[in-house]
Amino acid sequence: MSHSDTLLRVDKISISFGGLAVLTDVNLKVDEGELVGLIGPNGAGKSTLFNVISSIYKPDTGDVFLKGKKITGIAPHKLCRMGISRTYQLVKTFNKMTALENVMVGAIYGHKHGGSDAKTRAIDAMSLVGIEDKQNILVSHLTLSDRRLVEVARSLASSPLVTLLDEPMAGLNVSEIKTLLTVIKRAREERKISILWVEHKVDAIFRTCDRVAVLNYGAKIADGKPEEIAKDSKVIEAYLGESLTRN
Amino acid sequence: MNSLSTGKYLPNPRIPVLFSAAVLAAALLPLIMDPFTTISATNVFIYIVITLSWALFSGPTQYISIATAAFFGIGIYTSALAGELMPFPLVVCLGGVVSFVLALLVGLSTLRLKGMYFTIFTFGLSELIRHFVLWWEVVMTGTVGRWVVSVDPIPVYYTMLVILVVTISFCFFIGRSRYGLALRSIGQSEEAADHMGINITAVKINVFAITAFFAGATGSTMATRWTYIDPSIAFNPLFSFMPVLMAIFGGIGSITGQIIGAAVLTLLADLLLTEFPYYYMLIYGIILVVVILFLPGGIVGLWDSMKKRRRTETNENT
Repeated sequence: MSHSDTLLRVDKISISFGGLAVLTDVNLKVDEGELVGLIGPNGAGKSTLFNVISSIYKPDTGDVFLKGKKITGIAPHKLCRMGISRTYQLVKTFNKMTALENVMVGAIYGHKHGGSDAKTRAIDAMSLVGIEDKQNILVSHLTLSDRRLVEVARSLASSPLVTLLDEPMAGLNVSEIKTLLTVIKRAREERKISILWVEHKVDAIFRTCDRVAVLNYGAKIADGKPEEIAKDSKVIEAYLGESLTRN
Repeated sequence: MNSLSTGKYLPNPRIPVLFSAAVLAAALLPLIMDPFTTISATNVFIYIVITLSWALFSGPTQYISIATAAFFGIGIYTSALAGELMPFPLVVCLGGVVSFVLALLVGLSTLRLKGMYFTIFTFGLSELIRHFVLWWEVVMTGTVGRWVVSVDPIPVYYTMLVILVVTISFCFFIGRSRYGLALRSIGQSEEAADHMGINITAVKINVFAITAFFAGATGSTMATRWTYIDPSIAFNPLFSFMPVLMAIFGGIGSITGQIIGAAVLTLLADLLLTEFPYYYMLIYGIILVVVILFLPGGIVGLWDSMKKRRRTETNENT
């Protein structure tokens, strides 16, 4: 039942908090080298799905598979060594450490082979995202956009199979968004990693992703190529229906 | 191991030389100075060790533990119980090991707590141990205090010197190793540290237990100088609070700062106690309040900002 090139598979995930069903029977897969966008209105359950995949929450039913191996509820630090890294919507960098030290954490601990050549991997990841000149700056002195890049570099330094990006564009201005988009594309081309990308800014997703999945009220309502999704009536209703009534 | 240039722990080539010179000087001290100085120096060593061991864990992780008294006291009681059974160095090691094991158990049960809850729990725990030992002594052994086999000041001095050297070296190397990096990551974002592959529970519990080893070994050593102990002496909460104050006073982020803080405050307390026995606590308290209000980075922070100011001044002049 597992496809040979399916890397990450989310199988019939349901989770509820105090009687409120946040996710119901969500299926999702990310193939090797694929860039998948996950969109949906506020409260659709995008972040919850992310937190299930990264083992912050354990789903009530359903399982998560990495390369066909069940990884539901496995400790987060093991998950990272198996090849799932992530970034956060509200940036979680180690602010009293330098940018290089931040990335070193990913290189040393996030990788199966640990310390050997960690520094090389850290610096490689930093040049990939274009912050190699900021190595010795304390992260608390960096801009939000640079902190995001530190987070992405930290995650890349762990040599992941798949990276989960949780709203990386939130709070960035137009030129910073452009930079980050180039970084995402470059990371994908050079590292051949898969990316699952949650985003509020729908246009960025449509322009960049291979495939887009849409969540609404905790259920997946569409999954397909960006151009199909843009025409999908349910998606338009979920997004535009909302804004029409508001106007 | 990859060396990380952190700026905080400068890989300065002078450090090993200075450190060896200081250890040599300390080793010669009892030969040239009077007994009072030796005892006073032993006292300074105790506080440096418990301050360093407290700050090794609580500094970077920001898990503020006030359980040092428990580990120190366990060392003291180990000394009281085992002092007649085995030679002195073995007693010291045993005190460390018993504290280590206790801290491992405490760690397993408490290190899932965060922030204030962890702090309060560690305080409650040391009080619980104190009252438990008191209860045990009164009900089971029918006494309150115990005699400890006495050891001369000179062997005690050298034992403390060895513990001190081991503690300083350990803190120095941990701080610069991957474990130091992990500890600091945990302090700044536990969730991110976890997701970046750090086994946060294992790191926290192991380091917490190792720091308890040093406190326990110190307790075992010191008990031999006090000869009489009871639960309120052995588990005096002051031993939990002093390392926190001393580390803040000196500068919580640097080993040098912690050593200076512990040494200065210990000597100050000795001086005040002998010169102004009635106002000792009052003066001591005022000094602490002033330091915490005006020197948030401790003595080392003051030094750094003075250096920075001088540098900007010279830059303006040129």
